[in-house]
This record gives sequence, C-alpha cells and structure tokens, in this order.
Amino acid sequence: MSLPFLITAFVTLFAAAAAMSLRNLVHCALAFVVVFAGLAAMYLQLGAQFAGFAQILVYVGAIAILIVFAILLTRSGETPNQAVLAPGWLAGMMISAGVFATLGWLVLNSKALPKGSSEAPVVTVKNIGDVLMNKYVLPLEIIGLLLTAAMIGAVVIALKEPSKTDYSGRKT
Amino acid sequence: MFDQLDQIFVALKHLLMGYVPAVGQPFVSALLSVVMVLAVFPGFFAIVTILERKGLGRIQNRPGPNRVGFPWPLNRLFKSRLAGFGQFIPDGIKSLTKEDIVPRAADKVVHFLAPVVMLIPVLLAYAVLPFGKNMTIADYDAGVLFFYAVGGAVEVSVFMAGWSSHNKYSLLGAMRAIAQMISYEIPLILSAVTVIMIVGSLNLNDIIARQNTYTFGIAHWHVFTPWGFAGFILFVIAALAESNRSPFDLPEAESEIIAGYYTEYSGFKFALFFLGEYLGMFAIIGLGITLFLGGWTAPFSFLTWIPSWIWFFSKLLALVFLFIWIRGTLPRLRMDQLMNFAWKFMLPMALLNIAAAGLWHFMGANALRWPVCAAILAAAYVLLGRGLMHKQKLGKRTYRYAE
Repeated sequence: MSLPFLITAFVTLFAAAAAMSLRNLVHCALAFVVVFAGLAAMYLQLGAQFAGFAQILVYVGAIAILIVFAILLTRSGETPNQAVLAPGWLAGMMISAGVFATLGWLVLNSKALPKGSSEAPVVTVKNIGDVLMNKYVLPLEIIGLLLTAAMIGAVVIALKEPSKTDYSGRKT
Repeated sequence: MFDQLDQIFVALKHLLMGYVPAVGQPFVSALLSVVMVLAVFPGFFAIVTILERKGLGRIQNRPGPNRVGFPWPLNRLFKSRLAGFGQFIPDGIKSLTKEDIVPRAADKVVHFLAPVVMLIPVLLAYAVLPFGKNMTIADYDAGVLFFYAVGGAVEVSVFMAGWSSHNKYSLLGAMRAIAQMISYEIPLILSAVTVIMIVGSLNLNDIIARQNTYTFGIAHWHVFTPWGFAGFILFVIAALAESNRSPFDLPEAESEIIAGYYTEYSGFKFALFFLGEYLGMFAIIGLGITLFLGGWTAPFSFLTWIPSWIWFFSKLLALVFLFIWIRGTLPRLRMDQLMNFAWKFMLPMALLNIAAAGLWHFMGANALRWPVCAAILAAAYVLLGRGLMHKQKLGKRTYRYAE
C-alpha cells in the first residue's frame, strides 16, 4: 500500500463518515462531494483514466449539484434538532456488519472469481473506444438515440409557451 | 535559430533537470511545470485586468486608469507613467491588505473553503492545454474529457460561496450561476464533439497535429470549415456564458444582486474569486484555440518561423480582447432570454452542427461538401433565428405617458 493510496483512502472514508453524521444536510452533501472526488482519485491511481474522469464529470459536476438543489428546494435552512443517531443504531450497525461479512465471504469464495492475481489489463481510452465501437456498438447506438431523443424532447418542451403574456405585460 | 527560440522553455527545463538527481526528477519536473503555470497565468491576469479597464474606458469614452507608472525605486529613474499600465501593482497590494470580513451568520468553514475550491479545478484545467510545441504538462489521451470534468467542479464552489454567505443576494447569484453553467455546458461540449469526431481523438496534441498542415499556404484550422466555423461561434458564446462574462453576467449583475455569489467576500478571498474567474476564462479560451484555431500553429505557412508559444499567447490575447469588446458593447440578457437562447437556439444548432460534421466526414474529399454543409448550417441559422424572432414580436418600443 503506497502513501498516496493511504491518503486518498483515509480522506474518502473520513468524508463518508462525515456525510453520514453531520447535522446540516448541505454539509453532508458537500462531504459527499469529497467522497466522489476521493473515489475518482482511487480510479486514477489504479490506471483507469477514463473511469476516473467520467466519475468527476458525472458525479462531482452533475449529481452533487442535483443533490444540493434537491436539498435547497425541499428543506428550509434550519438544522434539525434531534439526535444524529436513530434509537436502534446499535442493532442496525450489527445487522449491516453481518450482511457485509456474509456478502464479503460469498464473493471471496465464489467460483466465478479467478483464483490468484492475474496480470492487470492495460486499459487505455483507445481500447475503450474500440470496444464500444465494435463489440458493444448496439447498446451504444441505443443509448445515443435515447439521449438525443431526450435532448430534442427538452427543446420541444422549451419551445412551447404556456402563458399568453410575456414579461413586459404585453399580450401576444 | 528560430527553432531554438521555439523550444527555449523546453530546453531550459531539460537543462535544469540535468542538475537534479534521478530520484527527485519526476517531482522536480512536475514542480517546474506547475510553477510556470502559477507564474505566467496570474501575471497574464494582472495585465488583462488593466487592459480590460483601459479598453472599457476607451469604449465608454473616458481615459480609464492613467496615473500609476513605475513602482517606487524605479519611478526616480523613469518619469513615464506607462499610460497607467502600472495600475495592477497597487490593485494587487490593495486586495492583499484589505480587511477580511466574514459575516456573523455565515457558515465559517464553507465560507473559507469556497474560494480555494474554486481555484483548484481551474488550475487543474491548465494541465492538459498545449501552450506551445512540446509544452503540454500532462499529455493525457482523454485530455478533452479531463478538461470538461474539472470544469464541472467549479459549480460546487459557486454553490458553496452562495450558500455559506447566508445572504439572499449570494444565494440568488449562485442559483443563477449554476443554472447558467449547466445550461451552457451542453452546447459547449456538443460544439467540441464535432472536432473530436473529425479528428478521432480526445488528445489535444493529436487535435493540433491534425490542424498543422497547409494547403496553398493556409493552415487546416477547423475554424476554416463550415462546421468548424459554426462550432467555433457556438463555443465562444457558450464560453462567454460559462465564464459568467457579459452579456451573460446575470450571476453578478451589480444592479440587481450586488455581486452575486461573492457579495460577502472581501480582501484576498474576493481577489481569489476574481482570479479564479479570469483563469477559468483563459483556460476555456485556450481550449477553444486548441480545438478550432489550431492551437500553437501558424495560420499561414510563411509564418511558421514565429515560435509556437508566441502564437498561442497572441491568439489568447486576441480572444480576450474580443471578450472585452463584447463586454463593452452588449447589454445584459434577462434570465428568460438567457435560458431561451441556450435551449431553443444553441442546443438545436449544436446538434445540427454534429450532423453537418458527420456529413462532411462521409462526403470525403469531394469539393461539393463545402457548399452542402455551409448551406445546411446557414439555412438552419436563418430558419431558427426567424422562427424565434417571429414569436418575440420585436419592434419599435412604444412609450405610453400619463396624459
């Protein structure tokens, strides 16, 4: 374990704990942004450039803003007064630890998992592009079509003008 | 001789690296590149602030700053006032020494972190920009993706500044800024997609290499093709909006919401926001130059002897001048006009531009592709513009007075 890995791992875990336990929801959301960025840093350390950049682009750039907007539009600025931990937190913790241990044990003993550490594959952006354009071209086309349709739909919705009066008060 | 001048910074770095033991070389190499970006671009920012004040002054028929010349020991030697170009030195000292005020109701930690968080992604974006031949700090295969990824992180800092100030103006400004950035990010990315499609690479150096060829002495810059021209115009408009520049400066509309999300910042933190905004503008202009204006290449083959970094910075300065000119000319948009423009005009045009670029690619070396692509884009521009204008019922404003 290298030092950069330890630093990012510690920051990510600390931010994750903060996201769960801080009182102010906006603080939680901002801590969550740190978790996203930490995960992206992990991907970059593993040599997964594309996944790392996409993680920043999608999660830090879009999802985080979505979360923050949702909080602002639904809650008032007051911080809640009740305790951070729910009443049955000890039982909840034990159950979740048990579930995690079971899942971990199953995954580690699974026959689908290749035994021993194989050679790490070299994945460049070019490889990903080649695979997307050859092997997975149909799913890619379908997603592309879907997203284009969504974008044109957004334009069509924007083109409709429901109100009869414009902002200067004139009748149109 | 000119080749040596072109590579002078690269050679200088190699020379310095020769004195460093092999263990420290990666670290020192990275440090040298970072120090260069940190020295050059804030310096450029200082000069641009004074250029902007002078330029806006000129446009508004007033002299602009014209008092400060050389700083203290030098002013004994030189009497010239440099036409006021020394103004950025006292400006910098002033913002460094001003009192730092934090509102009592503010969220102290987030309020403190916001300007820092703003600068980090903006400075990271410079990592992939080629400033000259062999002058890219991090030559990533997914360079364009990296640029857009870190650019998206700026919105978080804007929100942090607006929310933590506990001020209605700040929050309104932040909301406006985020809504605007998200809306204009789509045409910004879609206009760059055309270049990526044609070149077939996300690497910025590959994109420049493709434009670094000449026919009849004229460079193959993407802006000289129909789709490239339309893409460049769309990119510049979206870049103006993305860097919150006039006419898209509603997030900091001083007549409505004081200074938007940085209303409650003073002193050095305000200066950091200011710096971040300008550095973001330079970075996005740098990307536009790389994608459409051939990066560090010369426009004509007989000008290739001029060093590549001079080309990059002259193009940067020219586009910054264009931005200043636009700021001095156009009035501010209204919020609904801003959103209408993004979703009804920019987005359809960008989508159609992608189709035009695809057509251009598949028509091959056929000379017919020039009129066909140009006609498609021109027709779309005219029809879309007419269609949108028709609903607006624009005309002479009628004034009504009380009798």
